Order: sequence, then structure tokens, then C-alpha cells
Amino acid sequence: MTSYTDKIREISKRLLKEGKVDMVIGFTKGSVPMMNQPMFARNQNDVDGFAWDGNCGINLANYVTGRSEKIGIVAKGCDSRNLAVHIVENKIKRDQLYIIGVPCTGMVDRHKLTASVGGEIEAIEEDAAGKTVTISGNDFSETVDRVDVLQENCALCMHRNPVIYDELIAEEVPEQTEESVDRYEAVRKVEEMSPEEKWAYFDDLFSDCIRCYACRNACPLCYCPTCFVDESKPQWVGKSIDPSDIRIFHFLRAYHCAGRCTDCGACVRSCPMGINVRALTKKLEKDSLEYFGWEAGLTTEQRPPLDTYKPDDPEQFIK
Amino acid sequence: MKVIQIDKSELDAGLEKLESEFRLIGPVKEKDYHLFTTLTPGQKPDLEYINTRLSARSILYPQSEVMFEFSLDKNDENYAVLKEPQKDRQPTAVIGIRPCDADAYEVVRRNFDTPEYKDPYWLKNYESTTLVGLACSKPCPTCFCTSAVSGPFSEKNVDILLVDNGDHYLARLVTEKGEKLAESAGWNRPAENADETIEKMKLDAESKIKSEVATDNLASQALIDLYEAEAAIWEPEAFACINCGTCTHACPTCWCFDVQDETYGKAGFRMRNWDSCMYPLFTVHASGHNPRGTKIARIRQRFMHKLKYYVDKYEKGIQCTGCGRCVRLCPVNIDIRRICNKMNSYDPETCSCAVTS
Repeated sequence: MTSYTDKIREISKRLLKEGKVDMVIGFTKGSVPMMNQPMFARNQNDVDGFAWDGNCGINLANYVTGRSEKIGIVAKGCDSRNLAVHIVENKIKRDQLYIIGVPCTGMVDRHKLTASVGGEIEAIEEDAAGKTVTISGNDFSETVDRVDVLQENCALCMHRNPVIYDELIAEEVPEQTEESVDRYEAVRKVEEMSPEEKWAYFDDLFSDCIRCYACRNACPLCYCPTCFVDESKPQWVGKSIDPSDIRIFHFLRAYHCAGRCTDCGACVRSCPMGINVRALTKKLEKDSLEYFGWEAGLTTEQRPPLDTYKPDDPEQFIK
Repeated sequence: MKVIQIDKSELDAGLEKLESEFRLIGPVKEKDYHLFTTLTPGQKPDLEYINTRLSARSILYPQSEVMFEFSLDKNDENYAVLKEPQKDRQPTAVIGIRPCDADAYEVVRRNFDTPEYKDPYWLKNYESTTLVGLACSKPCPTCFCTSAVSGPFSEKNVDILLVDNGDHYLARLVTEKGEKLAESAGWNRPAENADETIEKMKLDAESKIKSEVATDNLASQALIDLYEAEAAIWEPEAFACINCGTCTHACPTCWCFDVQDETYGKAGFRMRNWDSCMYPLFTVHASGHNPRGTKIARIRQRFMHKLKYYVDKYEKGIQCTGCGRCVRLCPVNIDIRRICNKMNSYDPETCSCAVTS
């Protein structure tokens, strides 16, 4: 990934030098493994902080919301799709952005890796070919195939290359296809459950939730000035860890993302408890595709289907 | 202080004896991680654990706790009367709490047990609890307890400190409460040369702590200088922060709560829930004005509280035991060690930090 890093630094430096942008937003290496940090550079001296590897799973579109500067932004496939959503939803203007596109082969799953070892991971290394990941810490060192430890959303991703960009930092990577991955296998399993099984499944899914709202706050779609769970006049949802309030939060938030979610996985990556909140949004992504032939963030020209009305909108799901 | 030896093979029998006298709480692995849970009869704590994912704060201070119950039924004689519910406060023993979590109780107590104000909920729980600590012989890479207000063998706030010594534990009986628990468990075999062994293991564990924070200048820094260090500290740190409550919810020393009334039909409950200074709602006034309306104001509050206001007010070091949970769990790598070092090295003359990472 060194060449990616070098290229990002080189382009950022050039953009800042030429005054094409006021700032560049990218990632810097975190102080702990697997936790790279979003950072900005306003002058050429700062660009050496930029880095790229398989730990850049936070969605950077979240960092341009409502900004007024001219911004250079490092964007993998999903980030670029969320930039497109932002543009459609008037959260940023296309001409405010210089999109530095990063063809992406997926981000490593920090929850999976952490759970796979007994102790704390002290270091993570990816080989130059991007085939393996080596994790090490007190008394252990383990090398695994990179494809086996990808975030689930990355393993199922159909848009690894940026959808909109001004410049690509490398050759496009091969895209996965419907033939090569079954992206809705997990959703179908839940769809096939009986109501009792579904209840038990969702009960278990959210049982660890501590209501820290990391999932919501890491999501570029969640830019409401006041989230419904934070409203106090009237107060829609209780504040305790009562399971019904926790479910209301997750279900309503997911529905708010229907037709807008790009399955970037920032919610799951951010969750301190490793809850697979994508279980909800992936179902809505599947429905959007099946009912409306729609995938979020592929165009800056069209508003998402649940945001508009057309006389011929499908309605077979209304019972 | 008396040190006894408990063979690992006799630990379970002792715990079983304690079951009749105490509610036992211990670390148990659920799904992929450890957490503290009330042990069911016969269930054993996993003392081979490293640390729990979330802190031990909730043992004494649950995330949601009912303070009062009331009735909204006008025909009820208790209509609109706040009544304290019956609570289970049987003697409790926490088996295997790490020193960083135990020392955090001492930090939290400074807020919940003052001459002016005594928090009845927390204090009653604290008083009915015996803490059986478990020293850390293998600290994690992100542990920095020795330069915070704790240490891998800290016995400042435990009643017994267990030290894993191969096939047995050396147990130092730190308080009278600890002595009583040991007696109830039938653990009474004196250990030989134990102080020496424990001291050696303690130094060894301390030498394995690779991570540290510098705190020596925090007290002498002018509060207003640190508060105003926006360009050097707060702006760059606030940029990545997503303002979630991961850090505060994982923290053993955060103590803020929010009081809420909830009703189910005609039954009402006044409860308190953990709050987080990272949330916009935390300080919003009834008028709608929010004195901490921006992310930068909120992130500054969190770290100024832990590393400056607390330091100045109590003169007992920082409000952090170095457990490292916020460092490990923050989704965008806001690292309290980096911020502490920046605050400690901030130079108001040049508006810069000597240490930036």
C-alpha cells in the first residue's frame, strides 16, 4: 500500500500547492493498530501525515457535510458513493470537491481480528502484494489470508472503484459480480425465519448495545440537525437501555437510510461492541434494488426512490 | 499485611462457600469478549481473562437505574408520590476485578461521596461490595496505568489482591473486609516469603507497561491557556471525533448521568441513565441555548475535565486509571495519551505543544 500512500501525498501536495483546494481530507496512521484516523491537511507540510492501508474503513464523506471550503478528499468506492448521495441531498456541491479516487480491495475487519486472538493486537502488517495480513502482540503472531478477514460489507462489495472522481491514484481493481458473490445470502436467511425466530434474532443482535450512537455518528447519512432520539420536546424514545427503546433507535435509523445506504460498513466498524447493524440496512438495500432497481450513490443526477414520488412507483408491498 | 496462599484447585471450593453469604460477580466470556456478570450458583469466574471489554463501572453504577417509582392513577393512595423501590443490596463480592477498575471506584467516590453530597445509590452499592482484585502480570500494549492513577499490582482500592503464581494465588488481605471474606471462604494458609515474591512480580509487571502519559505539568498549566489552545490541541483533535459516547461509556471513571421520568400506563419511574459529555443534548438548556453547541467544545470538555479540572479540584492526579479502553475502542483513534501529552507540554508563549504524538 506504500504506493497508494505516496500517491495520495503527492496529489495532495500538488493540489494544495496549486491552490486548487483549501484542504485535503484523508487518513493518517492511528496510534493503535486497525484504527486509522481521519485527518486534514491545509498546507503542503502536513501531507506527509497521510497514509493508506486496509484500516481506512471510516467513511470520509462524513467529514465534508456542510463544509464551505474547497476540499480535496480521498475516496474509496463507498466514500465516493456517499459523496454522490451528499451532492444529491445538497450537503456539499460537486464543484467544491476534488475527489482523489482510491481503487479499493476491502478493509480488514477489526472485530473479527480482535476476537480471533486472546490478547491485544499490537501490530498489523499487510504484505506488499495485498494477499496476507499478519497480526502480532504479547506471545502471538499470526498470518492470515487477507480475503478471509475482510469486513463483511467489503467482501460483498460491488463498487470497489470510485464511482465519481477527479483523479484516480491507481489502476482500477477488478469488480466483483453477482456471479462471484452472493451479497444477500445473510438477508435471505433472516427473511426465511418465522416471526419467533426473527424476534429472537433481533433480540440477540442488539443485546450488547450500549447506546453510544457510534453507528449513527460514523454514518455520512446521519446529518439531521437533531436526531429523533435526541429530541426532548417531545421525547420520542426513552433514554435507558430498555430493549424496546434500543430497537426503536436501530430500526428507525435504518429506515431513514433506506435507498441511501451504500453499505460502507462504517457503522459496524465503529461499534465498540461489534454489533452487525448492517443486518438492517442490507435488507433495505436489497429491497431498494428489487423494488426500484436502485443502488444508492451511483449517480449525482437522481434523487433516491423513497425521496420522490412517481405515478408508476411499485406498490405490491403495500398490503 | 497478611498474605495467604490459595491453590488454584481449592479456589472453586472457596467460592462455593462464599455463595451463601455473597452475591458473586466475576468476569465471564460471552460471545467473543469478557464482561462482568452475576455468577449463578456453581458458575466460575474466568480468572485467566485479560480484561473486560467494558469497565466494571456498571457493577456499582448501572447504566440505567430506577431511583423512584410513582403512580399516575388519581385513585391510588400513592398518586404522584415518589417512593424508593426495594433494591437487592445483599453483600456482594467482585472476584477478579483488575486494579485499574478498582482504583476507578476511588476516583468516582470523590464525586459521589463528599461532605456536601452523598450519592445514596452508588454508596450503598459500594459499601456492600468486597473487591477481590486480580493483579495484572501481562499488561496490554495500550495499558498506561503506572503513569495514570493506578498500577498492575495497585492495591489502593481492593480488599484482597490476588496474584497469579502458577498453580496457586498469593492473596494479600488488604482490608478487614478482605480478611472476613477469606475467612468465609476458608482460605487461611499463610504464604511464605510472599511479600518478596509479590514485589518481584510487581516490578516485572510494571516494567512491561510500554505506554505512558506525562502529567507533571498539568497542575501548573494555566487553565485558561489550555482552554484556549484551540489551534494546537482542540481543533486538530476535534476534526476526526464523531462525538459518539464510546469513550465515556467504556470509561471506568466517567460519572455523569441524566435523570428521566418514564411511564408505562399508570406506573411511573424516575431513573438515571449514564450521560455523555460528547452528546449535544448533555448541556442543552431549557431555553434551547447550548453552551457547548459545537464538537470542539464537547471534546475539550471531556479532556479538560479528566486532565485539568479534576487535577486542580482534587489534587489527586488525573481522572484516569490508564485502563486503555477508550484508546482501544474509539472508532477514530482519539487517543487520551496523545491529548494528555499535548496538554502537559503546551507552551502558551508559542501556542504549541512540544509533544504532538
